Amino acid sequence: MRPSWPDRPLHQKQKANRQDCCQSCITLVAQFSIERLNSMKSIVSKLLAAATASIVAAGVFLGTAFAAEEEGGTAHYPIKKPREQSWSFGGPFGKWDKGQLQRGLKVYTEVCAACHSMNLLSYRNLADLGYNDDQIKAYAAEYEVTDGPNDDGEMFERPARATDRFKGPYANDKEAASANGGALPPDFSLLAKARAPERGFPTFIFDIFTMYAENGPDYIYSLLTGYPEEPPEGVEVLEGLYYNPYFVAGNALAMAPPLSEELVEYTDGSPQTVEQYAKDVSAFMMWAAEPGLAARKQSGFIVLLFLLIFAGLLYFTKKKVWADVKH
Amino acid sequence: MSGHSTYNPTSGIGKWMDARLPLARLVHDSFVSYPVPRNLNGFYTFGGILMIMLVSQIITGVVIAMHYTSDAATAFESVQLLRRDVAYGGTLQAWHAVGASMFFVAVYIHIFRGLYYGSYKEPREVLWILGVVIYLLMMATAFMGYVLPWGQMSYWGAQVITGFFSAIPLVGETVREYLLGGYSVGSATLNRFFSLHYLLPFMIAGVVILHVWALHVTGQTNPTGVEVKSKQDVIPFTPYATLKDALALVLFMALMCYFVFFLPDYLGHADNYIPADPLKTPAHIVPEWYFLPFYAILRAIDFNIGIPFTDIVLIDSKLGGVLAMFGAIVVLFFVPWLDTSDVRSANYRPLYKVFFWLFAINAVFLGYLGSRPAEGIWIPLMKATTFWYFAHFLIVMPLLGFFEKPKPRPASITDAVLGKAELSGASQLAGSTAAPETKS
Repeated sequence: MRPSWPDRPLHQKQKANRQDCCQSCITLVAQFSIERLNSMKSIVSKLLAAATASIVAAGVFLGTAFAAEEEGGTAHYPIKKPREQSWSFGGPFGKWDKGQLQRGLKVYTEVCAACHSMNLLSYRNLADLGYNDDQIKAYAAEYEVTDGPNDDGEMFERPARATDRFKGPYANDKEAASANGGALPPDFSLLAKARAPERGFPTFIFDIFTMYAENGPDYIYSLLTGYPEEPPEGVEVLEGLYYNPYFVAGNALAMAPPLSEELVEYTDGSPQTVEQYAKDVSAFMMWAAEPGLAARKQSGFIVLLFLLIFAGLLYFTKKKVWADVKH
Repeated sequence: MSGHSTYNPTSGIGKWMDARLPLARLVHDSFVSYPVPRNLNGFYTFGGILMIMLVSQIITGVVIAMHYTSDAATAFESVQLLRRDVAYGGTLQAWHAVGASMFFVAVYIHIFRGLYYGSYKEPREVLWILGVVIYLLMMATAFMGYVLPWGQMSYWGAQVITGFFSAIPLVGETVREYLLGGYSVGSATLNRFFSLHYLLPFMIAGVVILHVWALHVTGQTNPTGVEVKSKQDVIPFTPYATLKDALALVLFMALMCYFVFFLPDYLGHADNYIPADPLKTPAHIVPEWYFLPFYAILRAIDFNIGIPFTDIVLIDSKLGGVLAMFGAIVVLFFVPWLDTSDVRSANYRPLYKVFFWLFAINAVFLGYLGSRPAEGIWIPLMKATTFWYFAHFLIVMPLLGFFEKPKPRPASITDAVLGKAELSGASQLAGSTAAPETKS
């Protein structure tokens, strides 16, 4: 029995494959060395071309062999890729839609905050959403936080202030997990950046040019709107889990579908649908993950403009200086 | 440094200082009058870019360190507070993180340029070796820097990489414990990594000085691979190379800023936005992109090496993987002697040119494989690409020198620039045997 890596989780199936795999590899190496020795007398290019070809051939052969074995093996999640939405903060000129963020805050406050904390944000951050000091004060005052110790050495409760962090629904992670059947509801502060299902080749290369960085909100939106009425036939879902093909770590998650029509009242006339709620709260979560996103893109535009103009000037200066030097 | 100094102080204070500490003379000789071949192309600007990148990383790093706490309980949050609440903190942090990636982009272009133009050949072996030392130090620095934000990938990356040391027979576990400051990755580990992450860049700076010194002793290579022979072949560093380097640097900065301001998370991993959790292993532990080829090599060795037909295991799969991975870097030290060809530049080596590009494609593919899970089709592909990585250095390079028929080379840089390559080609072939010191 060979010792396996403790740090690398191995699938059972793969372990079984190992034996065959190393056999093939040893054979492969042996073949190469014999091939090389024999061809030493002939032209080296021929030999190396042959070696290259055999590597490719062996790779393809082994590849197909393994691909065939892989079928029906471990599934890869998410089952479905996130559906791409258009976001106000996407692209080079991305900006926050404050109305959307305010709606998102409402959805968060009335629905999500029942289970999900948002530890890294303070109430004062809500100024970004277009609220004034009094509104923020009033929002914060609805929560009671523990302060102290006072001069008598006792902890006391007081209404939250703008400078306090968002108060979470649970005292600590253990309580949060135990209240939710053992599954800890993740903190919202960075969730929109912490979830990024793989884009795959070659999409991940195109993403550089399209400035695609909305993987997180796309994922959250897809997850929230992606609960089917019934899991597909033949799919077994564990007790207490809910099937969702968009979930990143399995085919089902512990969160019940949290949104439903008319659940949260919108005062700006936006449709009160699951899709709209999901979109607004996803945008809100992106803001929570990086409040400075819009400002970053704005300064980036100026920085790039400066650098490109500077590069242009340098180019012509260099051309002039080098004009008398053939190179 | 090479040749006579042309520094001529005119002011009284200049002369006074020059007689006591000729610092201005050193700068003048190194960056003003220093002769560079006239035919250097854009790929030769990356040395300068790398120097600026090192300075940029040190400056941003020093400021970030003012806001960072290296305690396991608060490290993750301190980075977030820097990004959210410190003026320009978000830009600073993104600049440092993206900067690390761009540092590697530049160093890979620099290394591959060296491989293509044979920059490691006599008399530049020491120059090359110092470069590999810098690369090794960069890798150590980058790895420890990635641990500091204390996200999930930081933590589990540290687990995997410090695990390498436990593969060393007999003393492995002890070495790992010294490295971690305990039995597992924790606050003690974070503290010492922070300390070392602050130290190593200054060691890099030291080796960079040696690297530049060695460069200025031998002079630069150039795309023809023909050594500088006359004053016509060279031009002064300033203004020619200075301006060219500046232009390349600004363009490189533009590329970097594109990522810093528009795609700051593109080169990182989403899991690092989750605070480190020792109880929850991520589905796939992957290092940063610049380590991926080595990660593929590490995982390609999943078999024990023993005496055939017996159960005796000489090198188990874990040690084998670690040896192969470190071997992939160690082999670079020997490149000057593994390449047996007299010809420097791949421009005049038709076969080597093909194999160079094969190697480059193979290296990129290794990187892609490094990001794949070690299962199914990926394992044999990892093995094949790993084999080719080593075969390039250990088989192709030594053999090509004997079998390859190089193309005729120009007699001098000036000839090449003026397009006289064909004219002097025939005489060059005959001359190369008569006067081996003029071999390119």
